[in-house]
Amino acid sequence: MSLLELKDVSMAYGGKVFALQDINMTVEKGEWLAIMGPSGSGKTTLMNIIGCMDKATSGTVVLDGIDLTDVDHQQLTTLRRDKIGMVFQQFHLIPYLTAVENIMVAQYYHSLPDKQEALAALDRVGLKDRAGHLPSQLSGGEQQRVCIARALINYPVLILADEPTGNLDEANEKLVMNIFHELHDEGHTILTVTHAPEVGREAQRAVIIEHGRIAGSEAKAE
Amino acid sequence: MAIALMAVAVGATIISGMITVYREIPQQMGREFRAYGANLLILPGKDRTTLSGEDVKKINDSLNGYEIVGIAPFLYERLKINEQPILTSGTDFSMLQKVSPYWQITGSWPQAEKREILLGAEQAQRMNIKPGQTVLVSAGNDADEETFVVSGIVHTGGKEEQFAFVDLALLQKMLQKNGQLSLAQISIVADGAALESVSKMISQNYPEVQPQLVKQIAHSEETVLSKLQALVLLVTVVVLLLTLICVATTMMAVVTERRREIGLKKALGAENSNIICEFLGEGCVLGFFGGILGTGLGYLFAQVVSMNVFGRAVEFAPSIAVFSIVLSIVITGIASLIPVRIATSVEPAIVLRGE
Ligand SMILES: Nc1ncnc2c1ncn2[C@@H]1O[C@H](COP(=O)(O)OP(=O)(O)O)[C@@H](O)[C@H]1O
Ligand SMILES: [Mg+2]
Repeated sequence: MSLLELKDVSMAYGGKVFALQDINMTVEKGEWLAIMGPSGSGKTTLMNIIGCMDKATSGTVVLDGIDLTDVDHQQLTTLRRDKIGMVFQQFHLIPYLTAVENIMVAQYYHSLPDKQEALAALDRVGLKDRAGHLPSQLSGGEQQRVCIARALINYPVLILADEPTGNLDEANEKLVMNIFHELHDEGHTILTVTHAPEVGREAQRAVIIEHGRIAGSEAKAE
Repeated sequence: MAIALMAVAVGATIISGMITVYREIPQQMGREFRAYGANLLILPGKDRTTLSGEDVKKINDSLNGYEIVGIAPFLYERLKINEQPILTSGTDFSMLQKVSPYWQITGSWPQAEKREILLGAEQAQRMNIKPGQTVLVSAGNDADEETFVVSGIVHTGGKEEQFAFVDLALLQKMLQKNGQLSLAQISIVADGAALESVSKMISQNYPEVQPQLVKQIAHSEETVLSKLQALVLLVTVVVLLLTLICVATTMMAVVTERRREIGLKKALGAENSNIICEFLGEGCVLGFFGGILGTGLGYLFAQVVSMNVFGRAVEFAPSIAVFSIVLSIVITGIASLIPVRIATSVEPAIVLRGE
């Protein structure tokens, strides 16, 4: 069984404008898939549906064996907490909390804060010595690595990253992509969204969407 | 947040201050009102025409639990002054000044034991007499005339202006009524209910006298007091409402400011109950500290008001402090309700949209 399966998924904001139309795709466990497409093509909308933040207007989404079509708001929150790890273009670190505290926030809402584990997660992304820094004292690349550490802390089955390198320079982009490669090698399932082809090509496979429809796909030539 | 803290503190200041003043008003104003004359009369009991000095002394002793401003004895008799029959009262002038501090004297009060007389303004005008002049006083048609110096003229705006006043002992001697009184006026610090019970106590324990409340003053005292308290209450309620609005607005701004943070927390799996607890908790902490700050300031505020208005210090009341701190917490709690609702309605999806 696939980890994620989308069948005829459509999304219409306000019941009129179709942001997504008839999306069919599957993601296998341990796979790294990129979703590519120009700005406004519906990538983020798709992320929101897969990330249990929004519900599709029609179609079925099955995540880790659970059909998202008939879960309520409360269950969606629980699924999001337990199954998904999210990495954002704007990092979304809480400005008045240190790096390690930002990770502990995710632990707090999931189960219990555990500082040792949070520190280990920071170590995992090479930021052990930055644990006590505020986001404002970290570079963009470092903030994104804190964000990745936070996404990993509750052992998600699926890592979603929306334009993870969108706000980073080339050197930091490389650093972050290396982490994704490592995570993939460790067996994590990753879904990255990008409008930049060179970032998309890092993944095993890419799905291209245009105007809310799947316009094609390409597999990495190994 | 600092603004909300200020708002709560100011609200708590006004409220604790107002409640302190509110509680002090009856006591303090009761004292103030004593400037408007006696509130209790002691008249001779049934079948008697006079009181004795002893009676008055006994009653004075029986009131030792109360704050007595003064007890003024009076003996009334119609005397002839410059051949005019004028109702004249013998009294203790030092006591009279305590009981009726509002009397206005042109000239000076008569001195005790001296042949001096205080004329009511109306009589003085009718007889065309000025302070310092002398008048001839006699106790009756056959009695000897005696010369009295008019020490002063009294204005009260009341019936006293038709009377004349002389030293009590002197009048008693002239009339050969040693130790006899017509009535005594008492000015006592007590509110309506307490006054009633004093009156009841006197009429039960001392049948030889008959107490009578000076209804007019006691009544208007009550009316003014209740109006003042209503005013204080109104101001307090208005301040409460303003505090509520101010805190709600600030909390609203805080929620708006933290939209992204709320969205992120929800994206991380925070439930609405988590968000509600966080904001209400923050509101309660705010209310607690604002309340403490405001209660302290409110005590100072009440102190200043009391010192300026009543000329007396107020005591710190722990119950008021606890009440206003709890009230501050409740108010911030209520004020947080709408902002918290807005916070729970934030969609987690905003974190991906990059708003
Ligand atoms: N909350 C929303 N309400 C209405 N329209 C939206 C909303 N979010 C996205 N859209 C629209 O849906 C389309 C796809 O947007 P989005 O998924 O953000 O694209 P992408 O992430 O690929 O740039 C756009 O036309 C956008 O204007
Ligand atoms: Mg997007």
